[in-house]
Amino acid sequence: MNPLQQFDAEALYDELARQIKIAAPKLDNVALVGIYSGGAWLAERLVKDCQIKHSAGFIDVSFYRDDYAQKGMPAEVRPTHIPFNVDGATIILVDDVLYTGRTTRAAINELFDYGRPSQILLASLVDRGGRELPFAADFVAQSLNLPTNLSLQLTRETMSDHTVKLVLTLVEKDDTTPPTSN
Amino acid sequence: MKLHIKNGHLIDPLNDIDSNLDLFIQGGKIVAVGSAPAGFVADKTIDATGLTVVPGLVDLCARLREPGYEYKATLESELRAAVRGGVTSLICPPDTDPVLDESGLIGMLKQRAKAQNLAHVYPLGALTLGLAGTQITEMAALTEAGCVGFSQAEHLIQDTNVLLRALQYAKTFGYTVWLRPQDPHIGVGGVAHSGALASRMGLSGVPVMAETIALHTIFELQRSTGARVHLCRISSAAGVELIRQAKREGLDVSCDVGVHHLHLSDTDIGFFDSNARLSPPLRSDRDRAALRMAVLDGTIDAICSDHTPVDDDEKSLPFAEASPGATGLELLLSLVLKWAHENHINPAIAIARITSDPARVAGLGTGTAGDLSVGSSADLCIFDSNAEWIVDGKTLTSQGKHTPFLKHALPAQVRHTVVAGHVVFSLTTP
Amino acid sequence: MHNPQLNQHGELQHLITTEGLPKAIINRILDTAESFVSIGNREVKKVPLMRGKSVFNLFFENSTRTRTTFEIASKRLSADVINLNIAASSTSKGETLLDTIDNLAAMHADMFVVRHAQSGVPYLIAKHLHDTNQHHVHVVNAGDGRHAHPTQGLLDMYTIRHYKKDFTQLRVAIVGDILHSRVARSDIHALTTLGVPEVRAIGPKTLLPGGLEQMGVRVFNNMDEGLKDVDVIITLRLQHERMSGALLPSAQEFFKSYGLTPERLALAKPDAIVMHPGPMNRGVEIDSAVADGPQAVILSQVTFGIAVRMAVMSILAGN
Repeated sequence: MNPLQQFDAEALYDELARQIKIAAPKLDNVALVGIYSGGAWLAERLVKDCQIKHSAGFIDVSFYRDDYAQKGMPAEVRPTHIPFNVDGATIILVDDVLYTGRTTRAAINELFDYGRPSQILLASLVDRGGRELPFAADFVAQSLNLPTNLSLQLTRETMSDHTVKLVLTLVEKDDTTPPTSN
Repeated sequence: MKLHIKNGHLIDPLNDIDSNLDLFIQGGKIVAVGSAPAGFVADKTIDATGLTVVPGLVDLCARLREPGYEYKATLESELRAAVRGGVTSLICPPDTDPVLDESGLIGMLKQRAKAQNLAHVYPLGALTLGLAGTQITEMAALTEAGCVGFSQAEHLIQDTNVLLRALQYAKTFGYTVWLRPQDPHIGVGGVAHSGALASRMGLSGVPVMAETIALHTIFELQRSTGARVHLCRISSAAGVELIRQAKREGLDVSCDVGVHHLHLSDTDIGFFDSNARLSPPLRSDRDRAALRMAVLDGTIDAICSDHTPVDDDEKSLPFAEASPGATGLELLLSLVLKWAHENHINPAIAIARITSDPARVAGLGTGTAGDLSVGSSADLCIFDSNAEWIVDGKTLTSQGKHTPFLKHALPAQVRHTVVAGHVVFSLTTP
Repeated sequence: MHNPQLNQHGELQHLITTEGLPKAIINRILDTAESFVSIGNREVKKVPLMRGKSVFNLFFENSTRTRTTFEIASKRLSADVINLNIAASSTSKGETLLDTIDNLAAMHADMFVVRHAQSGVPYLIAKHLHDTNQHHVHVVNAGDGRHAHPTQGLLDMYTIRHYKKDFTQLRVAIVGDILHSRVARSDIHALTTLGVPEVRAIGPKTLLPGGLEQMGVRVFNNMDEGLKDVDVIITLRLQHERMSGALLPSAQEFFKSYGLTPERLALAKPDAIVMHPGPMNRGVEIDSAVADGPQAVILSQVTFGIAVRMAVMSILAGN
């Protein structure tokens, strides 16, 4: 991994939370579902900071990805956990980086196997362009246009004062770069 | 035809010869060893420089599959395989179809074999009619037709009383009874050596006890009848020990081991490889070590190939359903020399176990087979002990292509085989 | 000797036995199964992973239970399932085993789930597929003779992990006809690989195979001694055929010495779990009070079995 630039992820998070906090009260039966693992971390915090009634849901899209034929089963699969009724809910799908849109497609397909939401909105910390499917984020902290050889990775770091901080790093893709959810 | 085998390294265990000596053959017999007889002018000379010359191998068990199993193999293919492996005399068991329990069948078999002009075939007659274990055969008539002994092949006699009567009758005429020592009930249906490996693999086992109980029974019957018995395909350390004691006691008994059992043990089954499905089964490393010791010290008199051609369909089956057996005529010499080499054994001893010793066991007598004395039938095998060959369907002449040694490189390649003074095999592409 | 279960990259190509299955692969299967368990709790129990793939259930030995769970697992993965019940005899009469495989592979089979009465059959099939360059076809062993039943072994491990969490502190007892049991063998190999410090086999001498100690097992002929302080009890089915063949005098006598009754269960740890691969013979290997009691997790095994099989099939199909 070859870090080129670090973004102020906490500042981006604050911007995203500000947008959702404004919109949430106007949405009926709203719930957050975070896509593992970056989206899950974000959803966990957003549910508290935006005073969302429902507990956060977490979704693993491994069984709905469109690259199973090429790549097989991912090495790590976590259980999807939706602790509320999807039928009639307004779901804000939360992801860390919006890129090709394929992860969004997989997550939506999976959510529909749980029930019929009344509306799905998309929240992403960063929109890096490069869409391959027609998806757009409803809430975004920063839009960029990144070339294909670069990758954005959201991680968590424990600071010296024991708080956990979000860190967003731009790296050059090489063979060791794990496949991002995009 | 006058044949001169020049400059070969001669190993003739019966006559204690192990040095460079020429051989002179005339009229199908050996006329001189060392220097040419006066006035001898060879019609054909074989230059055996760098090669080893031994008596033609005597194989105590090779299945030719005729009559009845021609789809598996024929006399022609198997006798060609025999001479390719340097085997010039072989004993075939009576488990053909029909069973060799009738003198007409023996006569026909001997005639067909003779017409091939390849290796000598000495059939064993069935001990009981149809090998069914109830009624004894016309042993005198069968012997007259050419049988050298009587056997039940793999069919076990259930009724001990029948075995007793058969041994008594054989003793009357001085015939040898060849028996597989295996209890007819314990381990029936077993396909592998009873032990940790078979347990792990979920395979039915044949315990060593099946062999030792049968040996005890046979020896008791021998004490009572005085019959001569040859025990076929010993497989266990405990079995070997019982035979050692029986010989010490003075019972008239000899025994052989299948060459595969000198090399392999049950772990060679690997992932259920049906090529390792043999009868008796391959046993533990301890058993194998005891078999090797016994061949060395003479408790085991002879090593045989136990040649059993099995066709592809019968091996492409689940392990327990596959037909047991492996091809062996063409591997006997190589496997025996490989064993000798790996265990630092004098090759002369190894050669004895496949020439003079089996000839003695089969009652073939000096002069007929197994030695290169002056006046003996000129049956010999000339091989290159430094050459290696790969075992595969292309190099095997036998129609049986299945052996655990498939794809292995084996030492010693036969260059020429001579039977009754005629060169019946020469390797064309070394 | 190369392990025919793994391909040249060390990935699972076939699932034939738990013996020699690397710990990392076992754990990955169990971890993946966890996700599939939650799928069973929602309305739409399908995921699209094996859409368009054909799974052929080749059962040479009858078993409605196992075949059904494999069928459910395949369908939940959106695969197409074809069931073939072939008569037990695979010699002379009709098509040979390998001819059947070739014919089905020609019908674009992606996976064979095979059960056969003879040990070693999955290896025969795997070798044939390898020799005929059909590397995209995978074999799942649904039970071969007495040799292995790996999916049962894995679901048993999943069950133990679910209730007990840490394998390295457990005593596990397997009770009954271990001689004829492929489940016992698969359990033993998986337990030892996962680091269970003590695996016990309990049964009469006629039902225990030789060589158990070499597999890492402590042998007990006395049930009361064998059950002392165990954390997990796996009771095996006693087959009626065993009663003939001079192995056991009667089912009643077996129950007297080896049946899992509440009194015997009390000798184990108070939070011990009771497992059974099914189907149960109540009153033979297990008392109804125990089978229906709070310590029995037998029905959970069935649920977990579907998830574990889904995990196995989806990992194989993706390799």
